[in-house]
Amino acid sequence: MKLTINGDSKEIKDGIVLSELLIIENVEMPEMVSVQLNDEFLTKEEHAVTVLKAGDEINFLYFMGGGA
Amino acid sequence: MIKIPQSVYDEIVAHALKDNPIEACGYLAGINGEVKYAIPMKNRDASHEHFSFDPQEQFDAFKKTQKEGLRLISVYHSHPETPARPSEEDIRLAYDPNVSYIIVSLAGNEPDMKSFIIKNKTVEKEEIKII
Repeated sequence: MKLTINGDSKEIKDGIVLSELLIIENVEMPEMVSVQLNDEFLTKEEHAVTVLKAGDEINFLYFMGGGA
Repeated sequence: MIKIPQSVYDEIVAHALKDNPIEACGYLAGINGEVKYAIPMKNRDASHEHFSFDPQEQFDAFKKTQKEGLRLISVYHSHPETPARPSEEDIRLAYDPNVSYIIVSLAGNEPDMKSFIIKNKTVEKEEIKII
């Protein structure tokens, strides 16, 4: 199925959940990303149970912060 | 190497001075290593020794630059009282391997800006070319 991931159209196997997609996308610290599915935020708990569908738009951004 | 227009460089420094003693922070939008403009972000921590972005504001910046065919290629923040080098916390929290990390120090007589690539907790200095 075709998904749009961070603006890029990609072919991804059917039936995967969001947490699997983050692994495919080489996200090493999935707990440190915020995810929007079709412009709606997903909670961390939803990552493992949200099944993706063809045409979904997924954006993920890393937590951004630091010190001094 | 990251190329930064003089106007953007001045804008980052002005942001750091304006928010001092709170840490200023923001994204730099660009493409192919060349910055086009700065996106000042709210420091959710409102602290002189920490910063963090608001996720909604992050996505707003991300989507804006996507529509323009640009990317978020760098993150900047200020160090009001410490040198322009990544702190232990900066290194620990540098999760995004796709951006460079710019630090503006206000600790000296003049603002000092440096850029770093931080991957797998390893820090490498990156040349800044003002254009």
